[in-house]
Amino acid sequence: MAETATRNKPASGGTKSRRNGTRTSGKRVQHDAQNVFSDESPETLRDYFRQMTLIRRFEERAAQGYTQAKIGGYCHLNLGEEATVVGLMSALRRNDYLFTNYREHGYAIAKGIEPGRVMAELYGRTTGTSKGWGGSMHMFDVESGLLGGYGIVGGQVPLATGAALAIDYRGGDQVVMCQMGDGTTNIGAFHESLNIAALWNLPVVFVVVNNYLGMGTTVDKSSAESELYKRAVGYRMHGERVDGNDVVAVNEAACRLVEHARETGEPAMLETVSHRLKGHSVVDPGKYRSQESVEAARAADPVVAFRAQLIDSGVLDEDGAAEIERQAQADADAAVAFADDSPHPDVSTLFDYTYATPVANDSRRLPADPVF
Amino acid sequence: MAVITYRQALHDTLREEMLADEDVFLIGEEIGVFEGSYKITAGLLDEFGEKRVRDTPIAEEGFIGAAVGAAMQGLRPVAELMTINFSLIALDQIVNHAAKIYGMFGGQCSVPMVMRTPGGGGQQLGATHSQNIELYYAFVPGLKVVAPSTPADAKALLRASIADNDPVLFLENLALYNTKGEVPDTAEPAEIGKAAVTRPGSDITIIGYSRMATVAHQVAEKLQEEEGISAEVVDLRSLRPLDRETLVESVRRTNCAVIAEDDWLTYGIGAEIAASISDGAFDSLDAPVRRVAAAEVPLPYAKPLERAALPSAESLTTAVHETLDAVGRRR
Repeated sequence: MAETATRNKPASGGTKSRRNGTRTSGKRVQHDAQNVFSDESPETLRDYFRQMTLIRRFEERAAQGYTQAKIGGYCHLNLGEEATVVGLMSALRRNDYLFTNYREHGYAIAKGIEPGRVMAELYGRTTGTSKGWGGSMHMFDVESGLLGGYGIVGGQVPLATGAALAIDYRGGDQVVMCQMGDGTTNIGAFHESLNIAALWNLPVVFVVVNNYLGMGTTVDKSSAESELYKRAVGYRMHGERVDGNDVVAVNEAACRLVEHARETGEPAMLETVSHRLKGHSVVDPGKYRSQESVEAARAADPVVAFRAQLIDSGVLDEDGAAEIERQAQADADAAVAFADDSPHPDVSTLFDYTYATPVANDSRRLPADPVF
Repeated sequence: MAVITYRQALHDTLREEMLADEDVFLIGEEIGVFEGSYKITAGLLDEFGEKRVRDTPIAEEGFIGAAVGAAMQGLRPVAELMTINFSLIALDQIVNHAAKIYGMFGGQCSVPMVMRTPGGGGQQLGATHSQNIELYYAFVPGLKVVAPSTPADAKALLRASIADNDPVLFLENLALYNTKGEVPDTAEPAEIGKAAVTRPGSDITIIGYSRMATVAHQVAEKLQEEEGISAEVVDLRSLRPLDRETLVESVRRTNCAVIAEDDWLTYGIGAEIAASISDGAFDSLDAPVRRVAAAEVPLPYAKPLERAALPSAESLTTAVHETLDAVGRRR
């Protein structure tokens, strides 16, 4: 693949027509379904739908928890990006590593963390993924390979490169996936990290989730080259763009790049194109968006579209889909109940996580104050 | 016990730690083929190879961040930042990431890395290459900041920093690299967070770190010799965590103090020391705590201006005299 650095092929079927809503046409969907589903077992497809629906229901409950003031801080949801999230995560082994930005609830669930622990982190409880220390933007779980959600745009990109360096150093066969938004591709750390990963041949797949909006600024107003996968060319890295609303296409592309990274150590970049259904965060009404953009996002809703595809192609019937939806709702509700029932951290633990190697003269022991 | 330079002590320690632990590796600009801008890493590329002595592009944020990510996996990177001035380019990775990962994720993942970097003026390098901005890092919970002033401490603190499971900013000083001192062949790791009374005395306490700790020592020796003044010298060694107990105990014995620092006065490290003394030894103080620090200007290139801007043995001696005069203790 090293020789094909410029072979940046767009997703099969083309992303543009899909974004314009042609997927709602039954005939077109049928056509896509036959192509797209050829290699996937019905069980896998149903599992994708199950995961996407669970994330949808989870995020709806997260939004609700925020308006009830059960969740504080910022809260960035994956609504509209479920196909991307599930397609990407299904390409990783459990012991592969994932670094994400602050929009990571769905990734945490799809990487294998119990939804209850994810919700408990949003609620700031001790049972949360970061024991209540991180919140929405900072989830972490070694067991499932989530090496963190990061709240600073692009902060995770050098870290992911370093994790890949450690894999290479020790001769392991894991791959690192580094997720980010389209706005990230303009910061220095992005370019420094892609350069280093390519120079040192590190097994990291950089995934740019392009929803066309860095907060409220459109990609064409922030990126001189708005076809973001092309940025890989500058680092002699393979880059691809895929329809982020198509879970199977995302998964196929991600699997290809992940396995290539695993076998050769070469980094790659994948751009997934989809939409945010809501604002940048729960409190953002998204007034900067045009009516057309909002309608296009709704028309391309990946959960609705995938459901229709599965039914059209006979992978699911209405009852089967309804059962998956009922279970997803029950799981999301159970996550909320678990979070609600979990204890808040005890204030006596305030100083427990400043240092991994404790120090004798910590600042909590000011001479003037026996406590601090 | 060998007498070696501060530079040699750092070099030897890096080599010994790399020999002892496969997980220790070096990463930074010009540390390999060029053997380090200040030659601390001379010969190490030849001995350990490119895997463990890793020349990087000029991209501080990228390579410091990569070191943080590698440390999250349990490797023990020792990163060299060519000067502390360049660390500002990596500030996000140091302050927002290295320092926060352990706490932000509820103690699930530590970052056992060292960032070695020289600071300090006096080399006619101009405003952007002559700063003492260790305060920026000493301000941040989650980081540790150590500042050895002698070759023996350079070894003991570097050993401790590499063994530590937290990110450590290891502050060197351009003016110290060629200084010599006795270094025990089997130096034990120092305890990070522990200050040292490097010279006992009874008339006044002088508190310093890095270059100014050595200047304080020279001044104290001279005061004893020429004026019979008994000055106690406290070398902070660690700026975070800060050993308030040791410095407060010293001031309780001597009842007055002068702080010697290479950084700027306002909000500087001396301000924190003075506040700590006020908190812990106010009723023992016979005179206000004085501070000797750099002039609050971007450090100039021209030699007389640069010299005037930096604290010196002379300015420290004057501050000690004035303090002792104020308490009527000067003979």
